[in-house]
Amino acid sequence: MITAGIDMGSRTVKVVFLEELKVDGAPQLKWGVKGKHIMFPEDLDADQAAEKAFNEALQASGIAREQVRRVVATGAGRKQVKFAHEDVTEVSAGAKGTVFMCPSARTVIDVGAEEGRGIKTDADGKVVDFAGNEKCAAGAGAFAESMSRALQLSLKEFGEASLRSDKTIPMNAQCTVFAESEVVSLIHSSTPKEDIAKAVLDAVASRVTAMARRVGIEGEVALIGGMVHNVGFVQSLKTALGVDNMLLPDMPEYVSALGAALIATEGKA
Amino acid sequence: MIANYGYKDGSGEYYISIDTDKCIVCEAGRACLGACPKGMFEIISDDYDDEVAAVKQQFRRSLAFDCAQCKPAGGYTTLPCVSACTPGAIKHSW
Repeated sequence: MITAGIDMGSRTVKVVFLEELKVDGAPQLKWGVKGKHIMFPEDLDADQAAEKAFNEALQASGIAREQVRRVVATGAGRKQVKFAHEDVTEVSAGAKGTVFMCPSARTVIDVGAEEGRGIKTDADGKVVDFAGNEKCAAGAGAFAESMSRALQLSLKEFGEASLRSDKTIPMNAQCTVFAESEVVSLIHSSTPKEDIAKAVLDAVASRVTAMARRVGIEGEVALIGGMVHNVGFVQSLKTALGVDNMLLPDMPEYVSALGAALIATEGKA
Repeated sequence: MIANYGYKDGSGEYYISIDTDKCIVCEAGRACLGACPKGMFEIISDDYDDEVAAVKQQFRRSLAFDCAQCKPAGGYTTLPCVSACTPGAIKHSW
C-alpha cells in the first residue's frame, strides 16, 4: 500500500510517498527518493501549487495516482490541499515523522520558513506538549533569509560566516522589521559580517529555545525543518539549549510530510 | 497533551495552556465556552480525534490585549476561564 503526505509550508510544498512492504512476512515501511518539493511561484495559488507538487512527485517516483491509497496534508496551507483525504496539524505530523526517523527523540524543534515550534513527544510519536509562536516570524527561517539578504550573503555563506565569529552581539529587536534596521546599524558601524550573522542566528535560536523550554526539554533533542541546513543556526541552537548533541535527520524539510504519510497509513487523521 | 496557544514578544510571554487530557471528558460541561467574555474558546476535534477546547485562531496573536479585561487591572480577582474549568485544564502564563 502506498500513502502520501503533503506538507504545504509557507515557502515550499513537500511530498513524500510511503510504501508498506512485506519483508519476510513482516510489514515494513519504506520511504526515500519519493519526495519532491517546489518553491511557491508568486503567481500560483496554493491549491494549484499542491496539485503541481504532487504531480511532479508522482512523475519523479514513477507512481500512478491510482496507486496512492490515502493522502494526508499538513502544514500552514493544509486546508488548501483539495485532494487530501484528511489533514493534520504540523505539530502532530512533525512529531510522528521525527520519531520514525530518530526513535530516541523526545523533544522536537521544528523551524520552518514562517514559524518555529517546540514539541514534546512520546515513543510512539504522539504529541505530549507543544508550543509555537503564533505571532511573529522572528524565530523562523524567513527572518534568517531576510537578514542574509541585508548582508548580501547567500544562505549557505550566511550560516558558515556565523561559525567564524566568536563574538556575542545581543540583538534587542523582537521584530523582523526592527531587527533589520538593527542589522543595518551594525553594518554602518563596520561590524564584520560574520559577527552580524552570528548575532542574527543567536537571536533566532534564543526565540526557538524559549518555545522549547516552555514545553520542557526532555530526552534527546531533534531539529527538523529547513533551518537544519543552516550550520550556523544549528550551532547557535546547541549553545542556547546547552546540549552537545542534537539529532539532525536526513532531508529535514521532509520530516513533517513523512509524518503525514505515516498518519495516512494508520487510516485515520 | 498540553497545547500552548499564544506567543512571546518584546513585552512578555503570553500563552494559554490547555491540558487536553483533562478536557476530553469535561467535568465542567464545557463551561469555558460561556465563561470567557470574549468567546475565545472553541471545541475542536484534534489530530487524535478527541473533542477538546482550543483558543480560536483569531485570538492567538493578541492574547495580551484580549485577556486584559479579565486580569486584575480589569477588576477581576480570578480569571473566569480558569475558574470555570474545574478540572484545572486551563492555565495562563502571565
